[in-house]
Order: sequence, then C-alpha cells, then structure tokens
Amino acid sequence: MELKKRSEVISRLTEPEELITLRNKLKEKEIYENHIRVCCGTPCRSSGSLNLLNKFREEIKQQGLNEKIEIKQTGCVGFCQGGPVVVVDLPEQKNIYYQHVSIENVPTIISSVRNKEIIDDLLYVDPETQERIVSLDDIPFFAKQKRIVLRFHGKIDPTDITDYIKLGGYKALPKALLEMSPEEIINEVKDSNLRGRGGAGFPTGIKWEFTRKAEGKKKYIICNFDEGDPGAFMNRSEMEGNPHQPIEGMIIGAYAIGASKGYIYTRSEYPLAYNTLQNAIDQAKSLGLLGKNILGSNFNFNIEPFKSAGAFVCGEETALIQVIEGKPGEPRPRPPFPANKGLWGKPTNINNVGTWANIPLIIQNGSSWFSNIGTNRSGGTKVFSLAGETKNTGDVEVPFGTTLREVIFDIGGGVVEGKFKAVQTGGPSGGVIPEQYIDTPIDYESLEGLGSIMGSGGMIVMSDHTCMIDTAHYFLEFAHTESCGKCVPCREGIQEMLSILDDIRKGKKRDLNLLNELAEYVKETSLCALGQTAPNPVLTTLKYFKDEYIEHMEEKKCRAGICKNLISFHITDACECCGQCAEVCPQECIEEGEEKYNINQEKCIKCGLCQERCPYDAIEVI
Amino acid sequence: MKINIDEQEIEGKEGQTILEVAQTIGIDIPTLCHHKGLEPYGACRLCIVEVNVGNGWEIDTSCTRPIEDNMRIHTSSERVKKFRKLNAELLLARCSDAEKVREAAKKVGVEETRFPKKNLDCILCGLCTRACQDRIGQSAISFVNRGWERKVDTPFSINSELCIGCGACANVCPTEAIKIVDEGDTRYIDYFNTKLKLQKCERCGKYFAPERLLKRLSSEDVPNMPKNLFYLCESCRRKEQMRKLLLAK
Repeated sequence: MELKKRSEVISRLTEPEELITLRNKLKEKEIYENHIRVCCGTPCRSSGSLNLLNKFREEIKQQGLNEKIEIKQTGCVGFCQGGPVVVVDLPEQKNIYYQHVSIENVPTIISSVRNKEIIDDLLYVDPETQERIVSLDDIPFFAKQKRIVLRFHGKIDPTDITDYIKLGGYKALPKALLEMSPEEIINEVKDSNLRGRGGAGFPTGIKWEFTRKAEGKKKYIICNFDEGDPGAFMNRSEMEGNPHQPIEGMIIGAYAIGASKGYIYTRSEYPLAYNTLQNAIDQAKSLGLLGKNILGSNFNFNIEPFKSAGAFVCGEETALIQVIEGKPGEPRPRPPFPANKGLWGKPTNINNVGTWANIPLIIQNGSSWFSNIGTNRSGGTKVFSLAGETKNTGDVEVPFGTTLREVIFDIGGGVVEGKFKAVQTGGPSGGVIPEQYIDTPIDYESLEGLGSIMGSGGMIVMSDHTCMIDTAHYFLEFAHTESCGKCVPCREGIQEMLSILDDIRKGKKRDLNLLNELAEYVKETSLCALGQTAPNPVLTTLKYFKDEYIEHMEEKKCRAGICKNLISFHITDACECCGQCAEVCPQECIEEGEEKYNINQEKCIKCGLCQERCPYDAIEVI
Repeated sequence: MKINIDEQEIEGKEGQTILEVAQTIGIDIPTLCHHKGLEPYGACRLCIVEVNVGNGWEIDTSCTRPIEDNMRIHTSSERVKKFRKLNAELLLARCSDAEKVREAAKKVGVEETRFPKKNLDCILCGLCTRACQDRIGQSAISFVNRGWERKVDTPFSINSELCIGCGACANVCPTEAIKIVDEGDTRYIDYFNTKLKLQKCERCGKYFAPERLLKRLSSEDVPNMPKNLFYLCESCRRKEQMRKLLLAK
C-alpha cells in the first residue's frame, strides 16, 4: 500500500489548542471544489480499484487539473457488489455514486467533472423502479442505514491522519484526557448502554470498571481484531476505512482503565488492514497523540499492532492473550478473568474493534445521545456484514432494534433468486433464524431467544436453494477444523456430530436424539466459547427445519437440490442439442441421443457445470 | 470461605479448587487429566460439576474452578451424570484399550460406547507435556497440530535434543502409551522417536541412567548426593555410601 506521511511535516502537538489550530488550518487549506474518491477497500481492490486510482492520478496530472480536482483513495464505501466504486463531489452535487467503473471510464469521468455533468450509465439502477439514482445517500442500501461508526468511511483517506482530524476526528480525546476523570469516563460509557461488539454483548463500562479496580500497577488493553467468522468482514472495513476511530477509542479507554500499553491483535489474512493500522499508529505517534504526555495531559500510552497467524479460536480472549505471550493459541479456564489476570498475568481489558470505535462518539456526543439510539438495553448501532443470497451485500450499520426484515429486504433488497428461507447470524457460533421470525428486532436478547447469537456481525442470507443440513454441516465443519483440540467435548463431540450430519447428507438414517444429546453436551461442557456455541447451527436447524432432516433420511430427498448423494441431473425435452453441456462436462458423461442429450448417471459427479452452461434451461435437478 | 457441596457446608481456603475441597470430605470426583503436582488443565472434562454463585447453575470443571464464598456445588446431579457419561463414551471410543480410561468410564456408569472406536493410545490429557514443561523444565514434548489432529510429539517428530530421558512423561501417562526401554547403552522412548545414551557405572560398568539426565542433575544441588557419586549406578552408590558410613564410625 502507498503510505503517505503528510503528517510528518506537521510538528508534534503538545496541547489541545494546537490540535484545534491544526484542524482549522486544514479546513482553510481546502481548495478543491471537485473531489473524486476511489474506494480502495479490499473488495474493490480485488476488482482493480488501484489501477483506477493510478489512472485517475495520471490523467489529472496530464490534463493539468491538479489544482481543480482532488483525487483520493478511501477505505471501504460499503456497497461491495458495486465494485470498483468511485464517488464524485461536484460543487452542486455531492456523493455521486458510480459503480463497476473500468479504466476506460476514467477519462469520461474526468471530463464529466470538468463539465459539471453526471454520467447516467455508471449510476446505480434501482431494481424496483428502474430509476437511476445519483447520490449515494439516496440508494436504498444506504438511505435506510444509520452510519455513525462508519461516519467517515468512504470520505477520508485512511492513510492520512489529517483527513480524520479535518472532519472532526480526535475531538473526543482532549475532552476525555483533560476535562474528565477516569471514573467520569467509565460512568459515561456505562450510561451509554454500550455493549461488547465482539458478540457476547457484555456491558463495556462494567468491563472497564473491573479492570480499573483490579489490583496491579501495570495494566493492558487489547483491541480484538481477529475477525474469523466465515462471511464476516465488518471489522476489516472498520479498520481499513478509518483506523483512527478505534485508536482514539483505545487511548480514551486506556486513560479510563489506567493502562499504559495497548495491543491491536490482528491476523495475517488482513494485510491491508495491518498496513493501514501500522501507518495510522506511526502518524498518531508523530503527532503526539500516542506516546508520552499526550496533549499535555501527563498521560502516557502506546499501541503495538500484533499480527497473528489467524485462527478462529484466537478470537477467544484467553487464547488471544496466550498468543501475544508467545504460547499456542489455546483458551485457558476462566475465572480468573483477564480483568484480574490477563496478559503476562496483569489486569487486561479486551474489546472488539467495533466497541473501541464507538468510544469517541460517546465521549464527544454524550451518553444520552448514544443511548437514545438503539434499544433500552443496547445503545447505539451495530455494523453487520450482509452477505449470502441478498441482492445488496456489504457493510450495513443500523440501530439496535431494527428488524431482520428491514436489514434483509429494505437494505439488502431481498434474495436474488427464489424465496427467502432463513438468515444465519453470528457465523459458526450463531444459529439459523427461519422466515417466521423475520420481524424480530436485532438485539442481543432477541437473537439469543431464538437460539442464535448477535455475534460479531456476520449476517448470511439464505434462499430456498440452501439446504439446512448442508448449512449446519458447513458451519460445524468449520468449528471442527478450527477447534484447538484441548477439551474432549469440542474435539471429540463435534467430530461425532459431524459424522452424523455427514451421513444424513448422504440419506443415511441416524439417531436425531443422539445428535441433539451431543449438541447439548458440547454446548454445556466445552472449555471456551468456540465449543460452547459451535452446536448452535445444528440446534437451530434441528429446531426449525427438522422436517428437512427427516426428509433426507426417510425420503432420500434434498429439497434444495444441494446434497450430492440425493440428487441427479437430467436433461429435459427443452434440449436443443447444442452440445455445450457435453463440452463442459469434466467426466465426459453426456452423450447425444436421438432427440436430446443424455447424462450417464453412473459417471456423473454432480458438479452442476452442465446446468450452469445450458442456454435453454434444459437441465433439471431431481 | 464457606461453601456448600452436595448440601454439605464446608470451610475452604481461598485459592483452593472445588476438586481439592471435595476430596477433603471424601467426595470422589472422577478425573483423568488432573495431577496434584501439576497445574490444573481442564481438558478431560470428567470432573465437571454444577456450580451456583448466585446467577443460576452452570457447568464447570472442578479441577480448574477456584471456590468462592457462598458457592453452591452439585457434584452428581442428573445433568452432571448425563454429560459425564457422554464424555466417558467419547473417551472410551478414542482409547478403548486403556485400563485407566475404562476404569474412569466404569465409575460414571459406562462400559460400552455408542461411538465408533478409534483405537488411539492417547487421550490428550496433557499430563506428560505439563510434567515435562512445568516440573522438569525441559519442554522436550508439546502438543502439535490442532483440533482432531492434535497429538503430543517432539518438534518435527524427530529425536529430541532436549529430552533428558527422565521418564516423567511415562510416569504420569494414564494410558501407558509412553514406554521407556533400556537396551545396552541406549534408552529408547519410541513414542517420541527419541533415544539417549546411557552412562556406564564407573565401578561395575553397568549402563544405568541417561547421560543428559546426569548432566542436568549434576548442575543442580541435589541433597545427599555428593558429586563424586554421580557416575555410579544405584547399587554401587549405595555400597559406597555404606562403606563411608562404616569408615566414619
């Protein structure tokens, strides 16, 4: 990644007034009327946004427009399936959203900016109304969200601290360090009803108080950025898009707790986020926002990023601590809790990236502002990774209490094909929630009441093309390979459950009572949260979709057409004998017959390639 | 600290575990991964009990859970018994031939398992790795791999340069999987692909202890063991000590 070090020319800030002066200066220097922002989050990068960025820079330079148009890379804008995404500000029209932008579009976009025009072809088309929508804020996906944690995402350059400062970042920090006592901050966080965004939903203020009150001179804080759920990417976007917000939250938290050192625990799978983070820490240090005597407050604090190899179990706080200590990532029994005996045996407070990112908002706007958003028991918003079979996918931030329906249908636009069947929240630790509960408000208690969990924010939407046994198997297999293997229920219990599910997928009869018994046992007796929550996908599918289990075993039928042992591909009379199916078949088991092609069932491996290729929809699954 | 175990009031000291207190009043809680000389680990889950500290009943392992004032404990409720049985069935499926596993399973009422037998020799209780690391201080063996592939081994599964051949691992192993065999001038610990040279007794010429073990011991202050006796086998050493004793009189 290209790391700008613009802040190096700005000298170290020694008191809050200097921070205000810097912010004012940055605002005064703002000369551009036109802005082009290229989304350079991981999803857009994978579809070529870095080439776009370079091309924009080249063109702007060549055309001598350096003074007229600002070109900027941003973190994830959030609407991932539109990638690569480019957002343009004209004097009269802000946030013009262009999607699926290609290199060829670059000169067109630049000349449209010069002529103050809008390119209709690149706009988002509402699938309902077929209307072209100009502003990002008017796209239903964004319009129905409440973006407070993601307030600057897609607006700032995450590699430049001055961008965050200019828009009002680091405003909460001087207030906390110089105007508030640690106790006042803790009370403010308690009153805000902020709860842990990592999934368990423990009240953050109370957690902080435990560590503050724990005996010991040396204390640590840790930011848990070990996002490991399949299908979850909100923490990555949060960090890639605006690393300073969680950093600011950590400095405030460290002051409130009495910690002098913080770690941000991340994984090697997130190289961009790690580099962004490292760069952000360096810039904060050079501005004196980290280090000794921060803004003249006499408070000293530093952050060290920690890159791990990436294992799901290390999201569990005691396993995570073990890894920082240089030991294998295995959980240890609690109590003692990290608040009393954490990293290197010292009192330690661990919060998720999302939790830390909320802190500056609470300090800056007050706890009542924050607690008024959301529900009585859960203040604020939650960022979800909306994925699976919805029309719209990406980062979704909504207040607690928003219903699943609003997220899946109003924001997500419903399912792409077929009928909505269920939604999986909380990744492998969560459960599958069926259609009849679609109007459930999203909060910790309601989701738990349905047998799922809030989790860190993964939300996978499934249509009737999804087999529930296959889904349960998928998540359980994940837990099976990610289990550390320390305790018997998680290691042996999950393996036996998996073998039962595997048999059912093949249509073999197995004892569902035994499966249920094992699931309860693993849930109740495992050492850590991985095992304690791993049976949730099985328990919820057994509860809501038992008929599908029975159908697999009794009728040897998979209604979604997924379980390979129970389905077969057939060519219908709609076949026009084009032969494309035979061309694509890796088994070479499709042959031309008299009136249509035929599949040799004995050789067929049910890969489905023929069905995908057939232009006449003449291949069906039975 | 006052706690209540199975409706019995009992005083315990801060820092004691539920298992320790229960044992003092003769309550027999089954366990396979616990050893009083080693740090609690909580892996075999056989010692689970139901605990209530005012927030309802939860399941926890008695070997790892420190007692708290006014804690209530059920060591053999129906829920506990049900889960212990299933646990024992899974352990039995893993190591059906191990005597201690069969005994522990029998104790909780399990003699047969409903799960397919794996015929493995290790229950991954971690006694050997804890003995080697925490007590002997060598860390010659440790857990390798993750999840269902987990096993105890030396790094890269090759002859350990760190092993001093003390045999602590074999001594604590509940399944007797680790065997120590001395043949000629060599000690073989096949389970860990490790062999060590034995020291020849300076007097009788018999091979008696691994060289590395003696080297390690000679660097430490062993009570009643003058350095000149280090390289004598047990019987020659005794003879020598007797001789000195008699001479002194």
